[in-house]
Amino acid sequence: MTRALGHHTLRIVHELGDFALFTGRAFSAAVGSRKLGRRVLRAIYEQGVRCLPVIVIVGLFTGLVLGLQGYYVLNRFGSEGLLGTLVSLTLVRELAPVLAALMLVGQAGSALAAELGIQRNSEQIDALETMGASTHAYLISPRLIAALIVFPIQTTIFALVGLFGGYLSGSVLLNLQPGVYWAAVHNAVGPADVRECYIKAAVFGLLTIAICAYNGFNSHRRRSSTGARAVSASTTRAVVFSSITVLAADYVITSLLVNQP
Amino acid sequence: MSDAASSSSGERYLDVRDLHKRFDDNVVLAGVDLAVPRGSVITVLGKSGTGKSVFLKCLAGIVRPDAGSIRFDGLALNASNASARAEFRRRCSYLFQSNALLDSLTALENVALPLEQTTQIPNREIRRRSLEALRQLDLDKHSDRYPSQLSGGMQKRLALARAIVTRPELVLFDEPTAGLDPIRRNGVFEMIVKYQRQFGFTAVVVTHDLPEALVASDQVALLDGGRMQFQGTPEAFNRSDDPTVRAFRDSAGALRDNIAALRRGETVTSKEDL
Repeated sequence: MTRALGHHTLRIVHELGDFALFTGRAFSAAVGSRKLGRRVLRAIYEQGVRCLPVIVIVGLFTGLVLGLQGYYVLNRFGSEGLLGTLVSLTLVRELAPVLAALMLVGQAGSALAAELGIQRNSEQIDALETMGASTHAYLISPRLIAALIVFPIQTTIFALVGLFGGYLSGSVLLNLQPGVYWAAVHNAVGPADVRECYIKAAVFGLLTIAICAYNGFNSHRRRSSTGARAVSASTTRAVVFSSITVLAADYVITSLLVNQP
Repeated sequence: MSDAASSSSGERYLDVRDLHKRFDDNVVLAGVDLAVPRGSVITVLGKSGTGKSVFLKCLAGIVRPDAGSIRFDGLALNASNASARAEFRRRCSYLFQSNALLDSLTALENVALPLEQTTQIPNREIRRRSLEALRQLDLDKHSDRYPSQLSGGMQKRLALARAIVTRPELVLFDEPTAGLDPIRRNGVFEMIVKYQRQFGFTAVVVTHDLPEALVASDQVALLDGGRMQFQGTPEAFNRSDDPTVRAFRDSAGALRDNIAALRRGETVTSKEDL
């Protein structure tokens, strides 16, 4: 029992170290890599443009629900004028970075893990290695750089659409004056909230895309499965681990920033 | 092993000694020796599953051997010598059995990739050399197509174009004729010999296509039981009395005899497991 626990712990520590080296190598390999900008643009398109519809739809419904629930709860205390405060702070501090990251994991992260797994399976990654190319610079670095750009932008879009959803619920469908709603939004959100939002978005983007890339890239190392099953298992693992990491990192970042002015 | 010993006295451009590789309990290579002279075409023969591809992947550095030494033009290739391995990769190309073309890139982009990622050659020169490689392999009209839009034979030629575009000194061919019909098999071997003569590279070909290998190679080697059972000229291979060589060489005749016996209603016991 103790032996198994120790073995398991060592394996986790080894994998965490391997993951850290993998991510670090991706950034160091990017230096001087040819046509990196073109590959970053392509990754931005994959993570950004292609994921935009889902970000807008989920952001809108999140704002609608927040507005609806918030209005009736605040109405009990005669404080429905604070709906803009509730919606904006909830979105900017928590829901926009977390939900946008989860949506991006579901769409761009899973696609990345599957793509790299298939490339590993079909020896495309081996081909890059035998020709002396840096697989990290070619395959991983552009995705990580793109994530640092795309996640904050997608989070901003999510928050803005969510605020609009809150407005639709509170002011268009219910009885709150639009001016009251938007004034509360304006007064509630400060620079510290925006900073927290962008720190979370960047950290979530880096962690989730790195986790998805790591799992896809190393799909051949799985002992329990091979071939297509290994790709499917690696993709599932990538999505599950990324999602858990987003929530855990959210707690850590919030606890570090919540008491700061 | 006398044939192997006699042939090893020549130039050892690529020199493999006592190579071992096992996967868990499965011993694949159990002391493989091979000497490859510069500028030659050497074919490594063997039944399916004897470790030919593993051997080639050990040479290419995709699979790490458990023991043994590989020297390329005097460079010792081992895990701790990263610069020697990088030098080897710069001077060597590998043609995968599956072609391993990047499916999201066009034919031209696939061929340009090694130059783009491993050299500082200007983009215009990369394009010129890539188009030239495509033209040499009659693929210049398909430069904008993706690998999935090309036939099996064209994909093989595209993989060869990518392998030769860097003007390598050594090309490793892993089952280049796998899955091809006899006419295309001949075409691939002709292609290997033609471009080997044109560019002067050294070629190590792994295959189990005996007739084509004997015609196209300067030397043949036979891998069986984890070791090289033979290395020598095709003529020496044809004359060899080694039981393993004879069994492999006479497999077509053995099949003919067995089929004839089965048609006569006799019982035939196969000597080999499938």
